[in-house]
Amino acid sequence: MSNGIVIETRGLTRRFHDTAPRRGIARRRTAEQGSKADSHGSPATSSGIVAVDNLDLTVSAGEVFGFLGHNGAGKTTTIRLLNGVLGPTSGTMRVLGFDPTTEGPRLRRQTGVLTETPSLDDRLTARETLTIYGTLYHVDAEMLPDRVAALLEAFDLGTRADELVGGYSKGMRQRLALARTLIHEPRILFLDEPTASLDPVGQRSVHELIVDLSRGGGRTIFLCTHDLIEAQKLCDRVAVLEQGRVVASGTPEGLAQQLQKGVAVEITFSARASQTVRTAAAQVRNAEVGWSDDGHVAQARLPIRDAVADLVAALVDAGARIYSIQPQEPTLEDVYFALHDHNATTGSLGVKQTGDHDHGGSL
Amino acid sequence: MTAPSTTTNSRIAQLNWRAVWAVAARDLKIIGRSRSVILPIIIVPLIMMVIMPGALGALAPVMAASGEMDDLATFFAMMPSAMMDQFAGQSDAQVMVTFSLVYMFAPLFLILPMMTASVIAAGSFAGEKERGTLEALLYTPTTDAELMVGKVLAAWVPAMIVSLVGFVLYGIVANVSAWQTMQRIFFPTTMWIVLILWLAPAAAGLGLGTMVLVSSKVSTFQDASQLGGMVVIPVVLLVVGQLAGVVYLSVPFVFLVGLVLWLIDAAVLWFGVRTFRRSEIIARL
Repeated sequence: MSNGIVIETRGLTRRFHDTAPRRGIARRRTAEQGSKADSHGSPATSSGIVAVDNLDLTVSAGEVFGFLGHNGAGKTTTIRLLNGVLGPTSGTMRVLGFDPTTEGPRLRRQTGVLTETPSLDDRLTARETLTIYGTLYHVDAEMLPDRVAALLEAFDLGTRADELVGGYSKGMRQRLALARTLIHEPRILFLDEPTASLDPVGQRSVHELIVDLSRGGGRTIFLCTHDLIEAQKLCDRVAVLEQGRVVASGTPEGLAQQLQKGVAVEITFSARASQTVRTAAAQVRNAEVGWSDDGHVAQARLPIRDAVADLVAALVDAGARIYSIQPQEPTLEDVYFALHDHNATTGSLGVKQTGDHDHGGSL
Repeated sequence: MTAPSTTTNSRIAQLNWRAVWAVAARDLKIIGRSRSVILPIIIVPLIMMVIMPGALGALAPVMAASGEMDDLATFFAMMPSAMMDQFAGQSDAQVMVTFSLVYMFAPLFLILPMMTASVIAAGSFAGEKERGTLEALLYTPTTDAELMVGKVLAAWVPAMIVSLVGFVLYGIVANVSAWQTMQRIFFPTTMWIVLILWLAPAAAGLGLGTMVLVSSKVSTFQDASQLGGMVVIPVVLLVVGQLAGVVYLSVPFVFLVGLVLWLIDAAVLWFGVRTFRRSEIIARL
């Protein structure tokens, strides 16, 4: 592990052999089993659960890395593997230079995990919670009270620090869980759906915190989420996980550009476009233009950015009165659902990689 | 790919005791604030160690005077001669007090450490799964051994405290309530001292170990408590055995029962430690 890489996995796979139901893990066949069964048209069998399938992953120091996928895609299992609380079936991994499988306790002194549910004891106070976890994370006993007090203030829990957590609101519980995650000042933060149960105000507060911790604190953040807007807003790079496998990765912008070839714009007219205007638009080379029923809006797709000017010039020359021109940038959400639809249609996992942050052909 | 194997001894030697005590302190704080755990720990000893012996001690002379002892003559005839030798020279009322408060209550007393340890362990192991609070704990740098030892201490230490407090209370109540009959301090006997120092800790270990094993298979406090309740079967056998005149709680017998329980404890806890693996637990969360 070098060049500031803090997480690296190769062929990481975790298979559960029994059929007991587990939270967050969808039952599925391995890719091999799946393709074989599909080719024969036979129904799915319950021959095993592959939570993480041949995962290659590289995360650099200081990055906010988004791990996207719907419930059961394998995100939580990956966090468990990377922290050494669950062993892999096969593959290798290094986190901060440690092998999580054999050096879990040493590794976990430098990682913090915010679990999907806050995992807080209702019968402890916030101060007790942070003090106990600080001790468990080997924080120096002399420093601990000050650090606890500082975190309670920073997370706006100071006035209710000595009340039982059972009386806290969801937002307060999530803030306390986050404070607990930071009690030992970890180098990598694993955040599993950190805003899933929060209202918009709480979500914004967590987003600001992630930005602060990453940009200001220099921490690496491994953000598991199914909130695509959140990922687009916060992440330097993302990987899309489906059925335990990475189906796309790169910067959010890179992935979006990969999905949409060329440029899309929406042109709104002050008055209904005449037939002359429509004919002029159709004559612009390589432009695909669609019109709204009332003739006030045109959706155009063009091969390159410069072609937008050609189209606009042709429309104006034909007498069009343009009110606005709006570029139509694809979002991460578009990418996500495009990949999902593709996989649902073909039954295969079309692996795509893009972006300017690629490491040796993997994520 | 598996974790490197280490012996239990080396794992215990490498324990970070600050972390162990933090785990235990956390559990004790949570348990101390749980009514479902605290109530049985207070009510059962109060009934068994205060109310019942107090009533028996106080009523003994009344029962002896009313001729009840004539009916019990047949019962005492079945008792082992070694036990009856203890009653030589005693009045009917004194025999009744000695038999009931020294011998009959002795196996019942074992319910205290067993129940306390198993109720706390159920809350600590299965209850924690049920409350969804275990996952964050598993992500800490504590080793499996530190977690296990911390949780075991959190159940075993209170069980011992409850036993000792119950023993002291029982001694006071027994001597005071039966003073009119006995006219002397008759409790504790040597057998009870062996019982409290040797057998009771083993009984607590049995309750605890059984619950650790049961908790690895169930997910709720209630399921664990119901299954773990079977641990009182040996106590019931001892009570029935003594009432039937089959066994007599002499010092050597109590020592022997303690030895057997310690061996069972060792086996149960050994299996318990093997089942208490982070990766196994988290895979079932």
